[in-house]
Amino acid sequence: MSQPESAIADAQAGGRNGGTPPWGKEPLAKLAKRYGLRRAIARPSLPVYLRQLWERRHFIMTYATSRNVSKYSNSALGQLWQVLTPLLNALIYWLMFGLILGASKDIENYPAFLITGMFVFTFTQRSVTGGAKSISGNLSLIRALHFPRAALPLAYTIQELQQLLISMGILFGLVLITGEPITLAWLLIPVVLTLQTFFNLGASLVLARVGASARDLNQLLPFIMRTWLYTSGVFFSIQDKVVQSAGLPQWVAEIMYANPAAAYIEAMRDILIQDHSPRPWIWFACVFWAVFALFFGFWYFWRAEERYGRG
Amino acid sequence: MAELTKELFPVEESQQTPKSPPRPAPEPTGTPTVIVDDLHIVYRVYGATTDQEKGNAANALMRLLRRQGRPQMKEVHAVKGVSFVAYHGDAIGIVGRNGSGKSTLLRAIAGLLPPHKGAVYTDGQPSLLGVNAALMRELTGERNIVLGCYAMGMNPTQVKQRFDAIVDFSGIGDFVQFPMSTYSSGMGARLRFAIASAKTHDVLLIDEALATGDREFKRKSQERIKQMRAEAGTVFLVAHNLDVIEETCNRVIWLHKGKIRMDGDPETVLAAYNKG
Repeated sequence: MSQPESAIADAQAGGRNGGTPPWGKEPLAKLAKRYGLRRAIARPSLPVYLRQLWERRHFIMTYATSRNVSKYSNSALGQLWQVLTPLLNALIYWLMFGLILGASKDIENYPAFLITGMFVFTFTQRSVTGGAKSISGNLSLIRALHFPRAALPLAYTIQELQQLLISMGILFGLVLITGEPITLAWLLIPVVLTLQTFFNLGASLVLARVGASARDLNQLLPFIMRTWLYTSGVFFSIQDKVVQSAGLPQWVAEIMYANPAAAYIEAMRDILIQDHSPRPWIWFACVFWAVFALFFGFWYFWRAEERYGRG
Repeated sequence: MAELTKELFPVEESQQTPKSPPRPAPEPTGTPTVIVDDLHIVYRVYGATTDQEKGNAANALMRLLRRQGRPQMKEVHAVKGVSFVAYHGDAIGIVGRNGSGKSTLLRAIAGLLPPHKGAVYTDGQPSLLGVNAALMRELTGERNIVLGCYAMGMNPTQVKQRFDAIVDFSGIGDFVQFPMSTYSSGMGARLRFAIASAKTHDVLLIDEALATGDREFKRKSQERIKQMRAEAGTVFLVAHNLDVIEETCNRVIWLHKGKIRMDGDPETVLAAYNKG
């Protein structure tokens, strides 16, 4: 470009800008303020943020349902897999742990014990794993459209909740087959599921933010999840294995029972299995984890709202 | 040139008294809608490898042992100190070579990429024309229309109102009941444009939306964009097709390697751009 042209360009740029390079930052920021323009990226306050999230509820629900539908759309049996997958899972666990490994000696109604534990744990596991990928796996969406980013982990959790409701239907059927009666306590099932969903949501919000910057989390997560699975007493009674068999002190068992996954599993077993007697404080643990995770999760996720999509 | 000198005089005034309204008279509608103030955008790219660093496990381990950072992670300084003010009624074309930061700049104006330094001030919510990322190939066109509309922030009533118009405009007919993965690339592009353009915007950012579809659809979509320009306060248009910019814009910004090389009326800037 020849010299005169660039001089014109500079001058003209200055004219149109109301002046940038010669005057520095101050005038533009002031100009913006005078005309009431706001920063394009500014984190809204937490109440405003939650209201924006509520306004996007249709998107969240549609996105969750769409993901569930698209998941099986390439298979011949189609949406039937939403039922078949948990059914086959239940069958395998039953065969492996109930019949072949014979872990069932000391536990009343072991099939119901095992399948309840497995389904409840899977809900948390899948929500948390999905949440960890919800930001890092959707960068193109985040870079193309404007919406409160918490909508993504929220949609992933709702997607898993929809899946769980189908699994629960199968669980109830199996539990009834094993000879458990329907009791008034079954009315508490929605309460447990709601509390667990709150916990899952909070946990996936936390992991969504961590996973957005720490890419290696997705590689590490399967191992963390398996460790969590083994410490939550899904296949065995924590009291029997930890204290009676392994001879560890009692407080180790109490800590394991207080972990959120074990708490929701035990609460659900308490409802579904007549002879199962969990720790009396298990319901406090359920409520505590739900409230704590939900509040902390939203706060923690919201703090980085304007930074998602950069990395 | 006469026009240019006319424009230059008020600038001198505002230079001397920066606190007085810096907007000179020549602009027909004086309210700024978008102010970009010394904007820098840096983003990180993962998985980029150099020739020496092939991405196998042994090399990765050696790197860890030598306590080197992650060389696959590269920082790209895409926009380097861009400043300008856009006014109500402006239709601004952005030109520049591939990789000059045009799309990044649009995303930053839309508030989708956080600035590394500097700021973007806007009136209302600028929106990028494009919902591709929200759509799912495995789903039917119908479901994708609903999903796309919600993703752009519509409510159920609006979705119901616009649904038929979107199907009509896309011209894909009965294919709307089939999964999008079965569409030809032209059909997919038409449906995406139909969904994206179904919403009205304050500040509209268009990134290469016009290059798709057959001649008939091109004509339809250009008409739609003109109509959207009339409704929107300010339009930004990125295109490699300079005719489109010359036809629709009243101002052109030439980006070169992340900086503004020139900013002015279309004839001057496009002439210079074509030359160099």
